[in-house]
Amino acid sequence: MSTGTTKLDVVVSDVVPVNELVTRFHFRRRDGELLPTFSGGAHVVVEMRDGERTRLNPYSLMGSPLDTREYTISVRRDDVGRGGSLFMHNQVRPGLEMVVSYPVNLFSLDLRAKKHLMLAGGIGITPFMAQTAQLAGEGGNFELHYTCRTASLGTYADVLSERYGRRVRLYHDDREERIELDRLLSSQPLGTHLYVCGPAGMINWVRDRAAALGWPPETVHFEHFAAPQPGLPFDVTLAVSGKIIRVGEQQSLLEAIEAAGVDPPYLCRGGVCGQCETNVISCDGKFIHNDHWLSEEDHRSGRKIMPCVSRFEGKSLVLER
Amino acid sequence: MGITFRKETFRDDFTFRNSPEHIRRFPFPFHEDSYMYAVNIEPHVVGPKGSVLENLIDVDEHYVAEMQDRAMVLAEDPLRCQSLPHMTLAGWDLLELLMEQQALGYPEHFTLTRDGDRWRWINRPLGIDDTFTFGDTSTLPYGPMEYITRQSQGDFCILDQRDGNLWMDAGMVTTQADWSLDFDIGMNFFEWHAPVPLAHEKGIFVRALKFLTNIQQGKPARRLNWTMTINPRLDTSPENYHKWGPDRTTVTPENVGDKVHLRVELQSFWRLPRSNGIVFPIRCYLIKMDELVTQPKWARRLHRVIRDLPEELANYKGLTRYRPTLVEWLSKLDDGSPTSAGFGPD
Repeated sequence: MSTGTTKLDVVVSDVVPVNELVTRFHFRRRDGELLPTFSGGAHVVVEMRDGERTRLNPYSLMGSPLDTREYTISVRRDDVGRGGSLFMHNQVRPGLEMVVSYPVNLFSLDLRAKKHLMLAGGIGITPFMAQTAQLAGEGGNFELHYTCRTASLGTYADVLSERYGRRVRLYHDDREERIELDRLLSSQPLGTHLYVCGPAGMINWVRDRAAALGWPPETVHFEHFAAPQPGLPFDVTLAVSGKIIRVGEQQSLLEAIEAAGVDPPYLCRGGVCGQCETNVISCDGKFIHNDHWLSEEDHRSGRKIMPCVSRFEGKSLVLER
Repeated sequence: MGITFRKETFRDDFTFRNSPEHIRRFPFPFHEDSYMYAVNIEPHVVGPKGSVLENLIDVDEHYVAEMQDRAMVLAEDPLRCQSLPHMTLAGWDLLELLMEQQALGYPEHFTLTRDGDRWRWINRPLGIDDTFTFGDTSTLPYGPMEYITRQSQGDFCILDQRDGNLWMDAGMVTTQADWSLDFDIGMNFFEWHAPVPLAHEKGIFVRALKFLTNIQQGKPARRLNWTMTINPRLDTSPENYHKWGPDRTTVTPENVGDKVHLRVELQSFWRLPRSNGIVFPIRCYLIKMDELVTQPKWARRLHRVIRDLPEELANYKGLTRYRPTLVEWLSKLDDGSPTSAGFGPD
C-alpha cells in the first residue's frame, strides 16, 4: 500500500498466553534480518487476513527497543469487539506469515524530562514495557503506577516489579486500591513529564487533575486505545473515486473505503494522528465524531471527518475521496 | 570505480569547479519557466544512475574539499555545531543513518562493520579507521552527531518532535545560505521560518509541518530549494556576512559567468528510529553561470525565472543588487524557444 506505512514481511515466531484475557505474539522477519529499530511508545499496524476481509489493528510494541531480533505485542481479547482481537487469539499460530507496518510513534517520550511519571491502566501497560526498557538502558529516571482489575489480570506486573523494583507501584481494583492521584501529581519534582495510557475514563481523569493542579499541557502525554466504535450502517458517496459504499455495523468508514479499492492515507487508525482527514462535500444527517484530531470548530462545521473512527447517521453523505 | 575527489577551495582563491559530468548531474530546481513557492515535497527514493539521487545520501567529487572547509569553519566558530542535552540519542540515530547510507552507496570509499555494539567505521577518503561502541559517547573523539557530520556533505538539522511541532534542538550547520543555527537553536518550526516572506500567508508552513510530523520511518521525503551566491562560498552565514555580503557589489557584465553561482539545496527529511526525531539534511550544490549555461535549456529557463521573480522573493534571496546585470547576461542566451518539461538538461 503506497499511502500507509512501509510494510514488513514477518512470521509469527511464538504465541504465549499471558493470562485469561491477554496473549503475547512474537514476530520475526521472514528474511531473517533484524527488524527496524524503534522508540518506546511506538506501535505497528498488524494486517489480519480474515477470509475475504483484511483487518488492520494497531498494537504497541512492548519489547525492548534495544533488541530488534523480534517484535512483541500483547493483545487483550475483546469478546464483544469488532473481531480483530478474536482473530489474533483464535487464528494466529506460530509459523503464520503476516504483514506488519514499520513502527510509528504517536506516544513518544519527551527526552528533556528530568523524570518520567507513567500511569497505566489494564492493557495500557504495553507501551510502557518498551519505554521503561529504553529508559532503564539509558539510566533514565522513571516511576510507573499500574492499575489493573485483579492481580491475575496484572499483565506483566510481575515482570515489571522484578525488573524495576520500587519504581513500579501496583493497584488492584478488587482490593479497592486506587492511585492517590492528587498527592502523586503534587509531589513531583519540576521537569517531570506525565504519561498515561489506558481506558478513556482514566485518561480523562488524569488529564483533568493534572490541568487542575497546574501541570503545563506540554508535559502531559497520553495514548488512547481507541478502537473504532460500531454503529448503524450508513451509505457514503466518494466524489473523487465515484464510488458509492456502505459502511457496515462493525466496520469503520476507513475500512469500508479501503474495501472499495480506494487507498487513503492512515497511520494510527485511532483518531489521533490526522493522516486520514477527509473533506465532507455535502451531508444530510449527523456526525458521530469519535476522533481526537479535529478541533471543536471542525466538528461543528461538518466539513471534515476522520474516517478511521468517526461515523454518520442520516440520509446522505458525500466525501472527497 | 571510485570518485576522483577534487582539490579545491571555497574561499580566498575560489578554485571550486564542477567537472563536465557533475554539470550534467546538477540538481537544476526549475521544472517550468517561472518560480513560486509550493510545498514541493516528494518521497525521497533512489533516482536515475548518474544523478544526485543515485543514492539517498550523495557523496560527490567535492567531498574531501567540503570536509576540509567544514573543519576550518568549526575551528573558527564551534557554535556552528550544537546539540541540546536531550538530543544525544538522535545523534546516534544520525550516525547510524549516515554510516549505513554512505557505506551502501560507496563501498569503495566507506565500510561499516558491526559486531553487536562494537562498530568499525572506515572512511578512506579522509583516512579514518575507528572502532567504537555504539551508544557510548566516550568511545568517539566527538559527540555522535559531530563525529559523523564532520564526515558527511551538507548541513544537518536534527528536530525534536513534541506538542505537534518540530524543534531545532541540534545541528551541524556550516554551509548555510544566510541563517544561523546559533540563532535558531531551540526554536520551533514556525519560529525559525518567521523571516520567510509570502509563504505564511499561503498557509504553506502549516501544511508543511503537518506533512513533516507525519514522516514515517523507512519513508524519507525531499524537496529542492535554491538561492544564488557570489563566488563559490559554502559558508554564507550571518556570522560571516562581512566577508560575503560585499561580494554582491562586485558583479559586472564581464564577470557574471564566473562569479554568480546558483545554489541549490537538496533537503531531505528522515524519521529517526530511536529518538523519534526528524533529521533534515540540507545538501548544498553550487554551479557557476558559465557551467550552467553549457546546458542551453537551463540557460533559457533560468533567464525567464530570474527575470520574472516577484520583488519580495528577489529581495529575500539577496539578488536585488545584481539581478539586472544577471538578467541582461542571461537574456543573450535565451532565443525565445520553448523549454522542455522537467528539470533535466536536453
